[in-house]
Amino acid sequence: MKKRNAVASLALALTAYFPAAHAQGTGQLNVVCSVQDEWCSLMSTTFARSAGIKVNVLKRGSGEALAQLLTERSNPKTDVWFGGTGDPHLQAAEQDLTLSYKSPSLPQLHPWAQAQAEQSQWRTVGVYSGPLGFAFNTELLAKKKLPAPKCWKDLLAPALRGEIQVANPASSGTAYTMIATLVQLMGEDQAFAYMKGLHQNVSQYARSGTGPIKAASRGETTVSISFVHDAPSEQMQGFPIETATPCEGTGAEIGSMSIIKGARNLENAKKFYEWALTPAAQQLAAAAHQYQLPANKSAALDSHIPDFRKIKLIAYDYAKYGRSAERKRLIERWEREVNSLPR
Amino acid sequence: MKIHDNNRTIAIWSIVGFAAFGILPWYALPDGLSGLQGLSELFAGRDSASGLAQLLLHRRPWLALGVWPLLAALPVLWMAPGRAQGRLLAWCGALGVAGLLAQGFAVGLPGPGALSGFLDPSGTGQPGFGWGAMLVLCALLMQTAFGLARAGAFRGDLFVAAAVVGAASLLITFVAFPVFRSLAGAFLDEAGQPSAAAWIARIASERIWGLGCVHSTQSCGVAWNTLALAILTGLTTTVLGTLLALVENRSDSRIRHALRFLAPLPIITPPFVVGLGLILLFGRAGLVNQLIEWAFGIAPTRWFYGWFGVWLAQLFAFTPIAFLIVRGVIQGVSPSLEEASQTLRAGAWRTFAHVTFPLMLPGLTNAFLVGFIESIADFGNPIIVGGQFSVLSTEIFFAIVGAQFDQGRAAALALILTVFALGIFALQRAILGRKNFTTVSGKGDAGLSMRLPDGLRRGAMCVVVPWLAFTLVVYVFAFCGGFVQTWGRDYSPTLAHFRTAFSVAVDAGGVQWLGAAWASLFTTMKLAALAAPLTPALAC
Repeated sequence: MKKRNAVASLALALTAYFPAAHAQGTGQLNVVCSVQDEWCSLMSTTFARSAGIKVNVLKRGSGEALAQLLTERSNPKTDVWFGGTGDPHLQAAEQDLTLSYKSPSLPQLHPWAQAQAEQSQWRTVGVYSGPLGFAFNTELLAKKKLPAPKCWKDLLAPALRGEIQVANPASSGTAYTMIATLVQLMGEDQAFAYMKGLHQNVSQYARSGTGPIKAASRGETTVSISFVHDAPSEQMQGFPIETATPCEGTGAEIGSMSIIKGARNLENAKKFYEWALTPAAQQLAAAAHQYQLPANKSAALDSHIPDFRKIKLIAYDYAKYGRSAERKRLIERWEREVNSLPR
Repeated sequence: MKIHDNNRTIAIWSIVGFAAFGILPWYALPDGLSGLQGLSELFAGRDSASGLAQLLLHRRPWLALGVWPLLAALPVLWMAPGRAQGRLLAWCGALGVAGLLAQGFAVGLPGPGALSGFLDPSGTGQPGFGWGAMLVLCALLMQTAFGLARAGAFRGDLFVAAAVVGAASLLITFVAFPVFRSLAGAFLDEAGQPSAAAWIARIASERIWGLGCVHSTQSCGVAWNTLALAILTGLTTTVLGTLLALVENRSDSRIRHALRFLAPLPIITPPFVVGLGLILLFGRAGLVNQLIEWAFGIAPTRWFYGWFGVWLAQLFAFTPIAFLIVRGVIQGVSPSLEEASQTLRAGAWRTFAHVTFPLMLPGLTNAFLVGFIESIADFGNPIIVGGQFSVLSTEIFFAIVGAQFDQGRAAALALILTVFALGIFALQRAILGRKNFTTVSGKGDAGLSMRLPDGLRRGAMCVVVPWLAFTLVVYVFAFCGGFVQTWGRDYSPTLAHFRTAFSVAVDAGGVQWLGAAWASLFTTMKLAALAAPLTPALAC
């Protein structure tokens, strides 16, 4: 009896080692991925297959990824940080966490992507862009007989009390983009007065940027403030969600990519970096039902990608609002003046 | 020159130390040892070379700091066991450990730094400890332990000395040092200098200690929220766990068999799954709300989110632990004492109230303690179902993550959390410490334990049966969720999700694990297989 148990437990322990026998390629790559699950998996498996490199992916929101990079700066375990809104990448560049690398594919990218790279001394580059807007559950709106929100001021309506969700700016780049957009649209004091009014209608400040839109799709809340390109994947699952971009004007995020300073697999990181900027890799986003605007000018545009010419975009000053001190100041002010208010 | 017989263990560890230094890669390899492409890498590879090669060939002379004690301690092998030998060995070992750790902290990535400039003027830098460094560190620790034993400590027993030093160093490395490092941040200001003003500003904040909810609609400070929730969870999980344990152990109901299987089930469920499952049931678009709307026409609201939802989720998740603790306690209550009480003409209620329950009490306070601690440490449930109800754990998260990265604030909040935990421990010892609740058992202790008094049994069943039904419903839903197209929207049955997660293809190259979930499954099994034997061994 004892021998049988010993053999059984040994066999169980050995089965855990089976997958270790994988193809011996040219090394490894550790990627921290701050985009949607499906897109992350598609990027890593496609790259692993085409380059023969084993890719280890860690999925983290952009705020959490930045915190991780900051704490492991003296012994980094990551090589590349892919995706996530641009401000944390600019912060990482400011804190000297990322490597300065000027890619030869830069001229193939849109001006905003190149500006992102230049502004950070080539420590990061834009890979996609998407506008901020509202997503709303059409069934719930119909049930409550409410009109669909079209402008920022529509969100202050008392009928929407407790019906709005947005992410917490401390952890989410999405919510910080909202703060920066409102500040540039209305002026700082007006923007904070607006957010105090909005606070009355917000039911919960979610942890990640994509939390609110998932809640709105599933009917847990009626309206969410999110990036509009997160909606098509929910719509494809059959949820009754629609989007709109605010009539007064809105900002757009620039999703970015950076190589970590002190990366153990620097050559592989550079290979991934170059590959991610090619049109083929940029089109994988659409294959994963993510409809941001790709940075490469020659990438084919899927029909679901919103037409940027139809959206009223403000002249977002990425340089000013990407700076660490400004970001910290605005979020602290939000914490102090808005988040502490009662509902 | 023959090595003294009693020094064999010391000789073995010296050999281990030298072998690790000379043969094993000193630094951590990303692929592990299996990634080595050949023996030449042990000498030529810049990051994969052994310690000896690093010292001689790759311009990393500071490694000598940790290794000269191995050489210096060699003469002990020829000395007779005694105080002199012990002292030399202990000093060499301790200096070796100190030197190894110092050079590890001082020299890291190439870059500016006071100490690293002195040790590593050429700016070569070094990666983290690997197999070579770890085994040399172990050898030095063992030398220290053996030295202490030979010098008189632990009554000269080498094994006990090694076990104590080994366990102590594990505790210091993985518990004391990280906790101290993070909590110390509470006392540092922005520039990293110790400052009492910064500490006071962080602690004395309205957000932490405000009592707004008592007299207005404002929310209370997070510390009060955490404390109130923890006490509520501790009490209710203890009560529920006790009722479950009493029904399982002291009643003849048929439900006992289902109970033994269902009650411990939530322990193996990850915390986020419990929260999400409860949202599917009680969330605004959940089944219960939809049912209420269909039956009574009341519009669904987010009543579940907030302290009630967190409390319910914690009750669901932590009752099994209380159940297991109290069940152990009840089984330890001696039946002969109850029989004695009954032969003295005490009824079932009196026996329970005056004999059984007081004997169970220490176990109940333990269960309360565990429930309390689990509640204050819980993060998954408050973040998902908390709504605007904030507790210390979620506050700490938002302080660390994102643009703020306010380590000082997070450390201050963590310090308050630690004080709460220690406080409740102290309280429990103060209440129980002076009394002694031993059940003296020995020969003649066999017997049938008394059945529950009727009223108590009926009351317990009224609570236990609905609770087990609720547990079953949540798990059935969680299980069925994998078989429907989109939960909450399209309930058509499908196997597509299983295909995405677990698809396998067999082709010329062997078995291809195509599914997305295979990697996680193998990692989970590997980690569990490694941790399962080590944990009880360390606890021993």
